[in-house]
Amino acid sequence: MIKVRKLNKYFHVPYTLHALKDISCDIQKGEVVVIIGPSGSGKSTFLRCLNRLEFPDSGEIIINGQDILKAKKEINQIRAEVGMVFQNFNLFPHMNVLENITMAQMVVRKRKKKEAEEKALFLLSKVGLKDKALAYPGQLSGGQQQRVAIARSLAMDPKVMLFDEPTSALDPEMIGEVLAVMKNLAREGMTMVVVTHEMGFAREVADRVIFMDEGKIIEQGIPEQIFTNPQEERLKLFLNQILSGK
Amino acid sequence: MQRLSMERPPGLGYNLFWKGVFLGIIFLFSYLVYFASQSVEYTWRWYRVPQYFYYTAKIDVTSPLEGEIRSITEDKDGIKVVIKGEEEETISLPAKSELLLSEGDYVYPGDKIGFYKKGKPGLFLVGLYITLEVSVLAIILGIIIGLLTGLARISKNPALRYLAITYIEIIRGSPLLVQIFLWYFVVGTLVNALLSKYGFSPIPSLWYGVISLAIFSGAYIAEIVRAGIQSVSKGQMEAARSLGLSYAQAMRKVILPQAFRRILPPLAGQFISLIKDSSLLGVIAIRELTKATREIVTTSLQPFEMWIVCALLYLVLTFTLSMFVQYLERKAIL
Ligand SMILES: Nc1ncnc2c1ncn2[C@@H]1O[C@H](COP(=O)(O)OP(=O)(O)O)[C@@H](O)[C@H]1O
Ligand SMILES: [Mg+2]
Repeated sequence: MIKVRKLNKYFHVPYTLHALKDISCDIQKGEVVVIIGPSGSGKSTFLRCLNRLEFPDSGEIIINGQDILKAKKEINQIRAEVGMVFQNFNLFPHMNVLENITMAQMVVRKRKKKEAEEKALFLLSKVGLKDKALAYPGQLSGGQQQRVAIARSLAMDPKVMLFDEPTSALDPEMIGEVLAVMKNLAREGMTMVVVTHEMGFAREVADRVIFMDEGKIIEQGIPEQIFTNPQEERLKLFLNQILSGK
Repeated sequence: MQRLSMERPPGLGYNLFWKGVFLGIIFLFSYLVYFASQSVEYTWRWYRVPQYFYYTAKIDVTSPLEGEIRSITEDKDGIKVVIKGEEEETISLPAKSELLLSEGDYVYPGDKIGFYKKGKPGLFLVGLYITLEVSVLAIILGIIIGLLTGLARISKNPALRYLAITYIEIIRGSPLLVQIFLWYFVVGTLVNALLSKYGFSPIPSLWYGVISLAIFSGAYIAEIVRAGIQSVSKGQMEAARSLGLSYAQAMRKVILPQAFRRILPPLAGQFISLIKDSSLLGVIAIRELTKATREIVTTSLQPFEMWIVCALLYLVLTFTLSMFVQYLERKAIL
């Protein structure tokens, strides 16, 4: 489903930084991959390369057989197939919840307004927010906003969903509701790539955990192995810090 | 600056006293102006002002030919006077005209048959109208120019970006009055010469005025638009693009609507400047409010009243505009 080969990304501002170093990995259809790693290790950058919000300097990314780095105009159609959920939601504040979810359906998928609204309401009830359809983002709690953002992505019928620390900006009591929605999605067979510090979620839902540090994939494996029998020193250190911090 | 709530709230007496001081200062200032005008023996004649807003003109109707008045018929549409000379001619006057002649009188060309009264807008209204017309046209054009330039300014295409920067810097770096002269005396002369060479009629000076104002404020509006777009967080563009919207679609649906709300106040300020700047257009023979006032002063010989009225009229225009923008702002917030 997703094939990444020898991905390299540099940032030149304010100084040259090799953010991704020869990243290669494959993600199967229906697989849930959780990426963990210390802050600044390149997790977001990697995720953002997958829908070309960052353009890598070299390497290859094939999604559904399409080379997304060679795409020109088709990139918009490809992006519609790859949903993305951001740490700080990025809902459109000037639109109500319903408009947030229908706008791209009508513009990109060319759906009729009625069809788009039906889809939106269906997804809203799925994330438990049907009664908030006419609210504006500013009137919702963080957890509710994030669930709307997930519904907004799902409305495009994506083949893959990318989550970049979807619960990091939330108050602790709201993390559960967002994770619950994501678990449901995983159970339904959605292909997901999730960057998160929620180790409980990783243990429970992930098919595979990838540990990144300093722009490289250091270790990967099933959650059981990563959490109970880590091989690399850096991973052990990281897990110790995370688990003792909690 | 917000008043700090740690300060003790001022008492009633405090407020009353200083409001009184405010009124006192205003009164004193008005009195000083009056006193000074008295000492140079200026006679205030405010009653002369209204006629420059609206006056009734007496319009004479004269005979175009030599002959005898055959008949005078009056109905609700007006009065018809038939004069028979070498040939017969019917002259119509509006219903409430006064006739000076009667049936059977003999007239020569140019003789007065009668007259009627007609209300006409005075110079203040004419000037106000031109100012309004020039400003509205320049604002519309300026918005279009500013929006396009603002978008070009942040484009990744270097040609567009440098063109935008060059335009903005040139316009902001030279005086408006000089630009008006350039548009009228240089561009205008060239264009109108070319037009007449190929048999077209020349473009009236009003349009050179509109263009110079629009191009001038377009440069400022471009910077306002750019700042507004850049004030919308990067995440908004990323969210829109990640849903599959193109750059243009994301701009139109997501970025510009949010930017628009934020740029309304500075935009309003720009439009108010534009209205005031239109007072310079008198120099290229456009009879806007300021030029009209100068003409009024020449005929009325009452400069004090007329210039005060002129300033008040500008104030009415700018105040109305800022009220309108405030209304838009309130409506735009959700
Ligand atoms: N737009 C950017 N410009 C410059 N440096 C960046 C940019 N985005 C990320 N970086 C740098 O790249 C590195 C990896 O960042 P990121 O992928 O956000 O890490 P993570 O998500 O794992 O915390 C960090 O050192 C960060 O400072
Ligand atoms: Mg990150």
